[in-house]
Formats: sequence, structure tokens, C-alpha cells
Amino acid sequence: MGIDISQFLDTFYEESFEGLDTMETELLALNPGAADSESINTIFRAAHSIKGGSGTFGLNAVADFTHVLETLLDEMRDGKRDVTQQAVDLMLSSVDVLREMLSALRESADLDSERITTVHDQLEAMLKGGDDGKAAETAPTDEAVDGVEQGGNSKWTVVFKPFNGLYRTGNDPVRIIRELDDLCSIVSEIDLSTLPEFDLLDPEECHLSWTIHLDGDITEAQIKDVFAWVEDDCELTVEKVSSPHADVENDSDASAAVVAASEETIDAAKETETPAATAPAVKKTPAAKKAAAGESGSIRVGIDKVDALINMVGELVITQSMLNQLGEEFTMDRVQRLQEGLVELEQHTRELQENVMRIRMLPISFSFNRFPRLVHDLSSKLNKKIELKVSGEQTELDKTVMEKIGDPLVHLVRNSLDHGIESPEERVKQGKPETGVLSLNAYHQGGNIVIEITDDGAGLNAEKILKKALEKGIVKEGDNLPPEKIYDLIFQPGFSTAEQVSDVSGRGVGMDVVRRNVKDLGGAVEVISEPGVGSTFTIRLPLTLAILDGQLVRVGDETYVVPLISIIESLQINMDNVNSIAGGAELYKLRNDYLPIIRLHELFCVETENHELSGGLLMVVEGDGHQAGIFVDDLLGQQQVVIKSLESNFKKVEGLSGATILGDGTVALILDIPGLVSLSRHRGDASASTQAAVA
Amino acid sequence: MPTILAVDDSASMRQMVSFTLKAAGFGVIEAVDGVDALSKAKTGKVDLVLTDVNMPKMDGISLIKELRTLPNYKFTPILLLTTESGADKKSEGKSAGATGWIVKPFNPDQLLATIKKVIR
Repeated sequence: MGIDISQFLDTFYEESFEGLDTMETELLALNPGAADSESINTIFRAAHSIKGGSGTFGLNAVADFTHVLETLLDEMRDGKRDVTQQAVDLMLSSVDVLREMLSALRESADLDSERITTVHDQLEAMLKGGDDGKAAETAPTDEAVDGVEQGGNSKWTVVFKPFNGLYRTGNDPVRIIRELDDLCSIVSEIDLSTLPEFDLLDPEECHLSWTIHLDGDITEAQIKDVFAWVEDDCELTVEKVSSPHADVENDSDASAAVVAASEETIDAAKETETPAATAPAVKKTPAAKKAAAGESGSIRVGIDKVDALINMVGELVITQSMLNQLGEEFTMDRVQRLQEGLVELEQHTRELQENVMRIRMLPISFSFNRFPRLVHDLSSKLNKKIELKVSGEQTELDKTVMEKIGDPLVHLVRNSLDHGIESPEERVKQGKPETGVLSLNAYHQGGNIVIEITDDGAGLNAEKILKKALEKGIVKEGDNLPPEKIYDLIFQPGFSTAEQVSDVSGRGVGMDVVRRNVKDLGGAVEVISEPGVGSTFTIRLPLTLAILDGQLVRVGDETYVVPLISIIESLQINMDNVNSIAGGAELYKLRNDYLPIIRLHELFCVETENHELSGGLLMVVEGDGHQAGIFVDDLLGQQQVVIKSLESNFKKVEGLSGATILGDGTVALILDIPGLVSLSRHRGDASASTQAAVA
Repeated sequence: MPTILAVDDSASMRQMVSFTLKAAGFGVIEAVDGVDALSKAKTGKVDLVLTDVNMPKMDGISLIKELRTLPNYKFTPILLLTTESGADKKSEGKSAGATGWIVKPFNPDQLLATIKKVIR
């Protein structure tokens, strides 16, 4: 009926990657020598599903590869094979190969056949190494050859005596006879002799038997195939009704020729069958590839989240119809009801919004899950003993944020393993336990998710960092920096204290990239460290990139949105605290700090009647660890705004991170506070040149 | 309209089977493992059960044994989805009360052809 099965490929890839993750996790937890049978079972099931699916969807290379792996696992499951460390390692590489194969297939890239073959051969070798030699036994065609007869018209007599319990397997003799009828012409005789007296008759049992005469172009294999499901539930004889002529031929030495001919038939049958079975799948792949290239991405959502949404929408509809009714016959004495209705509407809308956001939220375990493997591999490579502790893995965050935070996290973990935790000998010398501990922790704090990577290693070496920073010209001789500022230097571009560039962690392009990536997500990364005790890297990220809690501010006739998270305080400007410095820049003295003042109306060329600082408000904001004061005319309300990309709808504008649409339909621009702050810090020369131009 | 209970822990297989069966006009109930299938089977009568063997919580073989103890499912056809390497699963399934099996990998046409043998 021509069903295009490639439409299910996306689901298959998704679940296969999940399956591979499960396999990896279980493999890493496996205790060689004393493996938990449930773990082996779980691993087996995942491999089995991938094999089944890949076969069905025509990904034969994957199916073939997984088959060997599955056989190996099956032997372990049955206790025929020991789970050795070597086997676990090999299976881990197999997981990697499968992951690569599936990724390549999904992106219609080329398969790395050399690597696949290498691991495949290793698996085969391990399989053959088993003393039972199970793999060699598989010769599935033997049976088929026996059963296949020459084509052409032939007559058969089949005696079919079902056992009493046949019905209890859901089988039905009538169905079988009907199936034979579809194959050729039949004459069926029913044998009632075993039918008991009526009062003894058990209607749930089968008491009949049949003798069926077949005549047509049918082979013994075809007949036996029809009875395949019941061969253990009946007595079955299939006999060829031979004409005398055929007898002679059978006894003659021509029988060898018959066998040869029958083998030919099989080959021919195989050839005709295989393309027919696989062709649709193969043909459809390009279409699927195109779809995948678009990378629409999908998300798996728990039913409960969807149910909650449907529930919310129901509530919303009720409120809406209530308001409708109110509006139809509105009188002033119903204002109270109207207001109540509107409050309800707002509440439902907010809840709906929260629920919709929850759909995009995934537990951070999706990201944390890759670390046991990473730590396992790296610690053996580095000859260190490291224990990984993970907590808070159920903390949820936006899928997009999660995808983007993966690489920075890996980098930080690698860094802690490589530079943080000391070698076992060194640790013993320091009086520490031989095994180092790396902890990953995640939790929610306000509208943020906080991820901490803590190691109990040597801590950062302030002296070394400072020396390096001086060498690289990042700081100047004589700069008196407190320790936390020194530690912060490791996030500067081009900084690396590793004496030798190792292939484990970076070559000096690391930490600054981490910081930039985190910053791109609207987050921040910082480090605290104590020599000899360890370091903690803390990443703070907004839960989502789609919605923002904002403070609306007015400048002239324009409304801007300031992310609430970056606002520290707002104050009436006291002119005594305003200092003008060379270059036209202004500073505001707030307690013991001097903050650069950013005049938005100048920056964005907005007409405003109020140019005097004394008439306005100063909003103190922080971005990138630096503070600045933004001069605005008025503070409006606070509200959640939906972020629309400026870049995709217009173009990138410095100082702005996006736009949003307000309740009255007007567009408000969202300020990019870190951008503005750094702009104000570099403005000294810029404003000087502007002033020169004006003059 | 015959209803088929399709049991598989693999979402893509479930999608494929369910899509094929629905396109052929069958009603389909999906279940993700034996436990799920058993509870769904109990809430209504289905005309055919199609189950995978290897599943978490309750595998296909145990599911068949459980189903056969229910009065409603004494004679209901139950087909096992197995791989060709699982020959022992076939006989294990048979003795648990399976009607027959469909060998993976199969394409939609093969699936329908087999199912139409059992229910018309």
C-alpha cells in the first residue's frame, strides 16, 4: 500500500540516540566481573531496539553492526560470557561508532567505514573468542533448502490433526485452511471421529482433524509455512501425491540436479525479493535527508505537560465566554464583574505562558549525562583517580539554552580534570585522599539556573596566573589586584597557564570562549578558588531565552525595556555627584564608586525635551561585572516581554539585544546592558572624537 | 472495525505500526510496555495484540502469559514481533500462548499481509 516509512526516521534517530545514551550510562556503571543482570538487560534492550528499527527503516549498515553487538550482549545476558573490562571498553567504542553512524546517516554525510570496520572486526573477534563458538553455527538457509521443491504443478495431501489446546493460542484451523485455499485449489475432508458426545464436549477445545488435498503450483515449504505457527500444536504430515513418473525421476541420479536447480530458485527468489523490500526505503531517504538538513528539531514532551496546557486553554475559553457575555449586555454596575473577569484572564494567560514555557524545559540531566563517560575516559588517559558526583540533575532549563551550554560545560569539566585535580601521588603527598572528586551541581535561583563545577584539586595558583598575565600583557606591572580579580584573568582571551598544551584541555582558547558562550546566553561565569582545597566554577544562566522580565523606561517618546536582572537600583540624580571628565564623559559618584553615565537619547538619537540630568532618573545597571548608570526620563511598569530577534527581522544594532511588542501594539527595544556598559567604557575616545566633529 | 493493541517500547516502531494499521482501516491502541498493555487490554476488548518481545517492566512473553489468564483474551490472536535470531523466543512465545509471530525487520506491506491472515 506504499506507506512512506521514512516519515518515522526522525523518531527513530531520536530514540536511538537516547538508547545509546542509556547504553553508555549503564556500561559505565557496569562492574566488570560482577555485572548486574538488569543492567546487561537494559543495554541489550537498547541495542536490540536500534537493530530492529534500523533494519525496518533500511539502515542496513547500522543493523549489521548492531547485530554483532547484540549477539555479544545476548551471550552475556545468558551468562555464557563474562563481562570483562575489555568487553566494556569495546562496547563503549561500539556505542561511539553507532552514534557517529546515526549522525552521519541523519545528516546524509559519509560513513567512516574504516572505523566502523575496525570496531566491527574487534567485536567479531571477541565473539569468536568465546569457547562456545556460537556465532559459527548460524546457517539459516539450510532448512530452507531442504524444504524447497521444484516449482510446477503438484499434488499434496496434508493431514492436520490439531491438539486439543490449539484454540488457546488464538489459532484457528479455518484460518489456516483458508490460507491454503488462497495458495491453490483445495479439497478438505473433515474427520469427526474424535468428536465427543455432546454432553462431554468442551467448546474451548479442538476435537476435529482434517485431511486436505492440494492441487496447484505450490511447494512443501509454502505449505509448511502456512502451518508454521501451529507446528507444535498439531500432528502434521505433508505428502506429495506422486505420479509413477515422478517416482522414477526421484530415485534416479538426477536428484543432484534437482537440488542444484532448487538452489538456483532460492537465489532467484532472494534477488527478486530483496530489492522489492528495501527499494521504498532507499528511495525515500533523500527526502528525509532534506528534511533533516532543515534541522527543524523536535522535542519530546511529557503527557502531563500537554494535559496541563489543554486544561489551561479550557479555563481561558471559559473566561473569554464569560467576558463576552458581560460585554453583550454591559451596564455600569457590572464594572466590578468586568474587572474580576480581566484579572482572571490575566492570571490564566500567565499560567498558560508558564506552561508553554515548561514545554521547552528539559532536566539538565540531558546535558550532565555525557560526563560520566568523559570522566571515565579522561581519568584513565590522565592516570588520575576521579570520582564524579552529580546532583540537581532534575533541574530544568530551556532546551536551546541546554544545547548551547553543553560545550562550555565540557570545557570546564575537562579543565578541572586536567589542571584542577592532581595526580594520585601528588594528592597522597598533600595528605588528600588518592581519589579526587569532581562535583556537578545545578539548582534554580530566582529566574536563573546555576550550574557549579567543583573540584577538590590544587586550586588556582594566583602567582602563576599573575606572572602569565604580565607576560601576555593582560595586566600591567604594579596593578594591585585582589585575588578574585586575578582568578578572573583566566577568562581573558589568549590566556593559558598550562605549561604544556595537552590534548585534554585547551590551548589557551578555552576559558575566554567559555565566558563568551555563556555571555551570549545572557549568563555569567565566575570562579572561586582556594589553593590546595579546590576551585568552583559557577555558571549562571537565564532559564529561557524567549521571555524576559523587563522594566519599561521612557526616553523622550520612546519606550525601552531593561532586563530586570541587570538592574541594581534607580535613583533621582543629585547634581552634586555628577562629575564631568575629559573627553566629555560624565561620571556619577555613587557611594564609593564612579559610574559612567549613559545618555540613551544621545546614543540612540532620540528627541527629548529633557537634556538636564537633574530632571531625570539614573538607573544603575550591571553587565559583565561592571556597573554603569543609564539616564532615563521616567520609569514605567515592569512586565514580562516576549523577545523578538532584531537580527532576524532587521539587523544587529549595537546596544540592543532585541525588540518586543507591548500591549498597545507598539514596538519597544530591549537594551543590551553588557553591550551598553562596555560601550560606555570605550566611549572616552569615541565621545572625544564626536565632540571634535561637532566643534 | 477491528481494534489492534500495538505494544512496543520503541516509539518509531509504534509509529510505523500504528500508522500502517490505521491507514488500513484498523483501530489502534498503543502501549509502551507489558504493564501498560495489560492495563489497556483490561479496559476494553481488542481483536488482536501485536507485541514486541524485549521491553522494560514486562516483556512480551510475560504479557502473553498474563493476557491468556484473562477471560476476554483466552482466544484472542496475539502476534509476537521477533527478530530472526530469536528462534528460541518463538517457541517460548508459543508455549506462553502466542498465536504466531512476525519477523523483524518487516515493511508495512508484510505487516498487513500477516495481520490480514489473522483478522479479516
